[in-house]
Amino acid sequence: MKIFVNDVDNLLTESLSGFAAAHHDLVSLQLDPHYLTRAQKAVNKVALISGGGSGHEPLHTGFIGHGMLDAACPGHVFTSPTPDQMLAAAEAVESGKGVLFIVKNYAGDVMNFEMAAEMLPFESATILTSDDVAVENSTWTTGRRGVAGTVIVEKCVGSLAEAGADLAACKALGDKVNRSTASMGVALSSCTVPAAGRPTFDIGDSELEMGVGIHGEPGRRREAMRTADEIVADLVNAILQDLKPAAGSEVLLMINGFGATPSMQLYLLYHSAAKLLTAHGLSVVRSLVGNYTTALDMAGASVTVCVLDEEIKQHWDSPVHTAALRWGC
Amino acid sequence: MKTALITDAIDAVHAAILAHESEIESLDRAIGDGDHFVNLKRGLSTLSAMREELLPLAPDFALQKMGMKLLSTIGGASGPLFASFFMAMAASMKTQGDDGNAAVATAFAAGVESIKQRGKAGLGEKTMLDVLIPVADVFSRKTAEHAAMPELLAAIEASAEAGMLSTRDLVATKGRAAFLGERAIGHIDAGAKSTQVMISAVCRMLEQSQK
Repeated sequence: MKIFVNDVDNLLTESLSGFAAAHHDLVSLQLDPHYLTRAQKAVNKVALISGGGSGHEPLHTGFIGHGMLDAACPGHVFTSPTPDQMLAAAEAVESGKGVLFIVKNYAGDVMNFEMAAEMLPFESATILTSDDVAVENSTWTTGRRGVAGTVIVEKCVGSLAEAGADLAACKALGDKVNRSTASMGVALSSCTVPAAGRPTFDIGDSELEMGVGIHGEPGRRREAMRTADEIVADLVNAILQDLKPAAGSEVLLMINGFGATPSMQLYLLYHSAAKLLTAHGLSVVRSLVGNYTTALDMAGASVTVCVLDEEIKQHWDSPVHTAALRWGC
Repeated sequence: MKTALITDAIDAVHAAILAHESEIESLDRAIGDGDHFVNLKRGLSTLSAMREELLPLAPDFALQKMGMKLLSTIGGASGPLFASFFMAMAASMKTQGDDGNAAVATAFAAGVESIKQRGKAGLGEKTMLDVLIPVADVFSRKTAEHAAMPELLAAIEASAEAGMLSTRDLVATKGRAAFLGERAIGHIDAGAKSTQVMISAVCRMLEQSQK
């Protein structure tokens, strides 16, 4: 596989440095330990910090800025960041109202953020995102994976925190958005972790992986390639079975690319999914289409549905100015 | 116990893990996410590089320092788990001493207990604990029986091997393989394998030093 690289050990630092230089008006990068903050520290608000393994860009660094995160801690590729990063980031952005961690539900991320929270000299709370319906919750105590729905959680909680709400209120909204959001993805090809240099999984030219995770982890089943409408129907049905939205509900529909699927394809999926949701009596009133939670160079996409109420809608619509999302300001 | 024993053990473990690269990687790719070997290698080369800095320290200080260093260099699930292991061993040696097999067995058991706590996992969940828990039990039992060193080491190695193999038929309920449910059956857990490789490497190093 060909990638742009100088020394694979410097790949992450060089990429982060490029990101910080390209968006110097928005973010500021610190190295050793690695973390990014807003270029201008926000005050008198709950400090929102997220983080996770790298390779999912723009998650989370692309969502630092007004109306979303205060800081993000990037780990090595597909590897959780470490407590020293979170402690340094918290020290930099805390402004008297406590720290709220937004963490995707993976064992490594949960443990590292947990150790950071134990060592933190500030009041803190944690939102665990778990929107992936591909693998069921019931029998595995590790629970569901957090995937693209994390973006919606970060956006809405970011809006509420910007308005000056306290830690408990921000955590409650985040948990509510997480409960109202469900996702499922499908892969057409594997990703390749640069340091490993080989595809994470083998997949034939005429196969797809239904329910794939954002690290290329297997999902529900391997199956033969089908039409886009048939694939989307499986994803949407799994999501609706989980969310069970009341007829007539307003929803946000997000189509997220995994990194190697062109926009043209993503909009085709949007067309298909929106039609299907409408046929189910739902009203698609908000959308987000693009690469927001990627899996390096994996081809494929995920569908996310968030059932909206007035509160969630208001916080989704509020102004945001980050490298990867910007509207209203 | 001398701190040199810890640094020698780290070098032995480091070499053994490097020698098992392709095996650990292919197990991790099958039911994990392919980062386990890279993370282990990063942690172990960091520990190896600390040799001169660790040697003048008492064993408990050395272990504590190693734990803190791992916490900031490995990341993933392995970071907090290995860090907790070393830090709990350090705490045990600080209060219970570090002299003789019984003290080391006590410290090892404390380390394993801390991994159980941090990972909220136990036996039979297709993780490194399927190796560590039986090894800690055998270590304590054989030490209490005053088993001779060769017998103790052989029992530990056999127990690690059996624990590692037992993960083949388990459904994972912890770690990233847990998301796979029954699809993980038939695959040995990569963390159990790397743990067995590490324990076996330490046993063989000690066997050699007995000769």
